[in-house]
Amino acid sequence: MSVQTEGGLPLAASDGAGASRAASAWLDAAGELTYQCIRCGFCLSACPTYGQTLLEPESPRGRIALVRAAYEGGLSLSDIAPHLDLCIGCRACETACPAGVPYGAILEQARAAIETQVARPWPERLARRLGIGRILGSPRGLRLGRWLLWAYEATGLRRAVRATGLLQRLWPAMGQLEAVLPPVPAPWRTGRFRASGARTDVPRRGRVAFFLGCVQEMALGEVNRAAIRVLEAAGFEVVVPPGQGCCGAVHAHAGQLEQAVRQACRNIEAFERVQADYVVNIAGGCGAQLKEYPKLLAHARDGELGRDPERQRWLERARRFSERVRDFSELLADVPLPPMGRLEGVVTYQDSCHLRHVQRVVEPPRRLLRRIPGLTYVELPEADRCCGAGGIYNLTQPEMSAQVLERKMAHVRATGATILAVANTPCHLQLLVGARKSGLDREGLRVRHIAELLDEAIARGRVSGD
Amino acid sequence: MSQSAPLDERVLEELRQIVGPDGLVIDPAERAVYGYDATPGHRGRPDAVVFPTSTEQVREVVALAARERVPVIPRGSGTNLSGGTVPVSGGIVLALTRMNRILEIDEANLTATVEPGVITGQLHRAVEQRGLFYPPDPGSQAISTIGGNLAENAGGLRGLKYGVTGDYVMGLQVVLANGQLIETGGKNVKDVAGYDLTRLFVGSEGTLGVITRATLKLLPLPEHRRVALAIFSQLEAAARAVSAIIAAHIIPATLEFLDRGTVEAVEEYAHVGLPAGAEAVLLLAQDGPREAVDREIERMAEICRREGAKEVHVAASDAEGDRLMAARRYALSALARRRPTTILEDATVPRSRLADMVRAIQAAAERHRVEICTFGHAGDGNLHPTCLTDERDREEMARVEAAFEEIFEAAVRLGGTITGEHGVGIAKSEYLPWRLSPATLDVMRAVKQALDPQGILNPGKIFTGQGRRRRVVHAA
Repeated sequence: MSVQTEGGLPLAASDGAGASRAASAWLDAAGELTYQCIRCGFCLSACPTYGQTLLEPESPRGRIALVRAAYEGGLSLSDIAPHLDLCIGCRACETACPAGVPYGAILEQARAAIETQVARPWPERLARRLGIGRILGSPRGLRLGRWLLWAYEATGLRRAVRATGLLQRLWPAMGQLEAVLPPVPAPWRTGRFRASGARTDVPRRGRVAFFLGCVQEMALGEVNRAAIRVLEAAGFEVVVPPGQGCCGAVHAHAGQLEQAVRQACRNIEAFERVQADYVVNIAGGCGAQLKEYPKLLAHARDGELGRDPERQRWLERARRFSERVRDFSELLADVPLPPMGRLEGVVTYQDSCHLRHVQRVVEPPRRLLRRIPGLTYVELPEADRCCGAGGIYNLTQPEMSAQVLERKMAHVRATGATILAVANTPCHLQLLVGARKSGLDREGLRVRHIAELLDEAIARGRVSGD
Repeated sequence: MSQSAPLDERVLEELRQIVGPDGLVIDPAERAVYGYDATPGHRGRPDAVVFPTSTEQVREVVALAARERVPVIPRGSGTNLSGGTVPVSGGIVLALTRMNRILEIDEANLTATVEPGVITGQLHRAVEQRGLFYPPDPGSQAISTIGGNLAENAGGLRGLKYGVTGDYVMGLQVVLANGQLIETGGKNVKDVAGYDLTRLFVGSEGTLGVITRATLKLLPLPEHRRVALAIFSQLEAAARAVSAIIAAHIIPATLEFLDRGTVEAVEEYAHVGLPAGAEAVLLLAQDGPREAVDREIERMAEICRREGAKEVHVAASDAEGDRLMAARRYALSALARRRPTTILEDATVPRSRLADMVRAIQAAAERHRVEICTFGHAGDGNLHPTCLTDERDREEMARVEAAFEEIFEAAVRLGGTITGEHGVGIAKSEYLPWRLSPATLDVMRAVKQALDPQGILNPGKIFTGQGRRRRVVHAA
């Protein structure tokens, strides 16, 4: 695989001295940002890990102070690493913060410093290199991932694994995820997208370049197709640019900022090759990352994007790309939709943290759900609090993730909802696990992406209208 | 874990026996974050942090500390603004966050009995669900603890009509410096059996005892609430309006003030629609029976117009009320993001001197070339001159210090006080002799001596100042 050469980006030095220089550059960048914190503590009330532990080191204010202490020299990166590891990265603290502290940037840059400096146990290193680096790191890796997932099921391996309970024993968190994964369709049937023509029976609203996302397309690809059908039904012409990959959020959250920059550049190039009014996706986390490409690239280390004016050109391209990014719900909330059939039930909605706290998209998903006939919408208490998915957090910190999820499912139960609507890939998978573990799935709760619900309602409308 | 703490292993082992292994923190990184609160420029480092879950554990920890003569610093969420929870001489931080149960809401006696780690906002929600009301609402209520509110006698936006935390405390359970447990007050509305020790412990900033339980007074939740906003092109007109409202025998639930600098910052940050050139904005709210609220909010609006307000908006709905209140809600956010360091002070004067105080603040800021914007609780004269600066710039910090010195001097000269609701702690200790006579301070020291002769409870707070000029402690 030649991930590194895509976009003509030079590789960063990987020798010992280079790594140490890189660590201190990242730490300097993070450390400077910590001075904006006024330590008022308002973020504590919004933080899921503080809520669970009531411990200052597991709060945003505490983590900012730890990064500052490492920057000023009082503590080492390995002293502070466990506390940054335990952060889910939901960024609810940014909404609560009166002082505008860019917590996400502090977290990612501090993690990048830790990543280059602090040794991890080998299974974690392997998982990061293979999982995040190889599979999610390139379009080819993603295709391979889809094949592997499909083969896992088609060869009967999945049945064997489930029968023996092997995965549940070896890696319980992965076992739980595996147990709720829907069947994966054969990759050759989903592989290629063709540009759709806009429907002629509805007013044309513009051209959408659709961003698939990595895990979304691999594990929940049908939801992407449902979203595309809804967009088309609403009068958008949809294209799926080839050559797109992972948004890079998973890399950024894990402190692999150079990888994240490479993902960003590849996607920017892929989407520049098609003409479109909007770049649309259905995963709040990916959307947040896509919208933050200009910030990501602005923080890229010297030389990573070449020198000026090359670097400036990249920043400009990132800005033009990000301006066009919209969440699915953001684009559709106020657009006329074709007549919808009734879906019965009580629906509640769990915010995607990054949709709400980073993209600041709060009402559109709720407005869309309220537009579906037959559904009664109830607000989920603490909907603005994380479900504990956090990208791959449920795999890296299974204990805390499970605690946060348990609290979430208790709130879901209290609403009496029969449908739990979601707007992000990791949340979708996590809440499927939550429904299974809490027994709510056996009581009839279904976890559905908003796009699936709209798709179903529109399909029903068509049937009854015919 | 990776490094042993200065407390010797024998004491640590005893602490571990008392609070259990997960109730004791000695890891250097984990301890470090219990060395600060929301006060700029002050930091310490405790030798250990303990998380008791019961009064008995608190008692045992304090008894152990007394035996070993180790400082004990009670702490809630660490949101206070006077350095009250900074462990300046090391010792044990007693984090009360895990004692967070609401023990009882007594609807017959209108009381709530709570542990000290209960979050203020949670208590609000719990009692409001039953149609009851706990009025004290400090700005940090979303995360501040009741224990911290009691220790600092916290105020808030509803102070003018409803008073402060101390006005809602009926009884306390307190662990004394020698590890003894006492109870003060109770559910009796009338109770004059002996000295009012309840009031003594409220606002004692953790220097006299550790509050482990409190019985709080509740009110019926007001039926209705309305908000109005008045914009003035003259500071004096706004001040006249405040006086005229009170003179008209109206006590508003909220009467908040924003000065020109704050208005400009809010407008720049949040675009809430405040006009350029506004010298002062007043936010008014009244609550109570619908009829009385409607009558009084209109009457207040009329008074503002009469005193020269150039615009007055009375909210017709709750949603509109929220929009009008946004100006005040965004004040801190709008200011705090302008510079790295935000110093939020609380100079307070009798409300008749409001305009004089604001002018004095503006003059001090100008003279020392620092940026200070003022907002606050006009109704009770409690102002928040807020300085936007950078604690890393020593030269600028010296000017900030000089400006605040003038501000506190002016407050005392105008018959006011150096702190209305944040407490003395470290931040104000050097100014305390400006406000209190030597004889008064002696009485306070005698009380301290009687209750904590070894000086183990929150040492280095309140009394350290000798009336010297203030020296801003720069972060090490």
